[in-house]
Amino acid sequence: MSGTELGLAISVFLACAVEAVEALTIVLAVGTTRSWSSAMSGVGAATVALAAIVAVLGPALVSLPIDVLRVLIGGLLLVFGLQWLRKAILRSAGLKAKHNELETFKEEAEAARAAGERTGFDSYAFAISFKGVLLEGLEVAFIVLTFGANQHRVGLAAGAAGAAVLSVVIAGAAARAPLAKVPENTMKFAVGVMLTSFGMFWGTEGTGASWPGGDAALLAIIPGVLFAAIAMTATVRRAIPPFAMSSTGPAAPAGGDEGTAQP
Amino acid sequence: MTHLQPFLAGVWEFLVGDDWRTALGVVLALALSAVLATTTIAAWWIMPPAVIGLLALSIHRATREASRHD
Repeated sequence: MSGTELGLAISVFLACAVEAVEALTIVLAVGTTRSWSSAMSGVGAATVALAAIVAVLGPALVSLPIDVLRVLIGGLLLVFGLQWLRKAILRSAGLKAKHNELETFKEEAEAARAAGERTGFDSYAFAISFKGVLLEGLEVAFIVLTFGANQHRVGLAAGAAGAAVLSVVIAGAAARAPLAKVPENTMKFAVGVMLTSFGMFWGTEGTGASWPGGDAALLAIIPGVLFAAIAMTATVRRAIPPFAMSSTGPAAPAGGDEGTAQP
Repeated sequence: MTHLQPFLAGVWEFLVGDDWRTALGVVLALALSAVLATTTIAAWWIMPPAVIGLLALSIHRATREASRHD
């Protein structure tokens, strides 16, 4: 496995794990408060939908000319990666609420109870599980497709995603609770750095430019992006007044995305 | 039309997110890199400062927005 492929596998694994933790919280909430069978049906249906998206779009992407593929995928990864990184920096600096799995679990469970009793197939549990897994999974499908297609290793990317989901499911089954101790923001920070770095690398190559040193340029790009992101976090922390900081949330909205599938 | 608009809004939100300026900046930087790549001037150096600059500007906008709410 080359260094680029290892980077691909790590990026996909981390991105998938962090999204799987969030999906697990939603499924646990509706499963424990309503119906496990209906919730799991929703998970199954969403998984089939996501697999179909990867199966249909994967070969279509791979068939594109390599330069078109790289500039298209590089650009999309850059836009996507910068979103992840921006939000991770704002969360690290205390300007944006960190994802709290226990809080999300409570909110989802309360909403599930408020939706009323149902006998037989529970369409509420099915719909919430389906939506939760599909929305969280779409980002993962996007990352699997873009990383995998660009390296012509969709199988490797899908394998890394599958391993991440399996790890989270096993951990969730063992804990029988939301995985609140997973360092989600640190993982999102790392994914943001990787997406941005690979997006920059492939996007530039797609435009017809060549990196000095070829693939080895990634050894400078990834640490460079990481250093810049850490420096920006430190700068924002210093710039905002202490009263605006809190351990759990922001003093004011800063590009909110809670309740959506955005990172 | 009523079904298309929410779908397009969802696609926009998914791909572009809440900072369209960053997405536009990425497109412009890639375009500049593509133009330079057709000349004898090295083009690889365009993207690193562009990406770091776009991220810094995006963070700056978010920080300023948060300060206004104080």
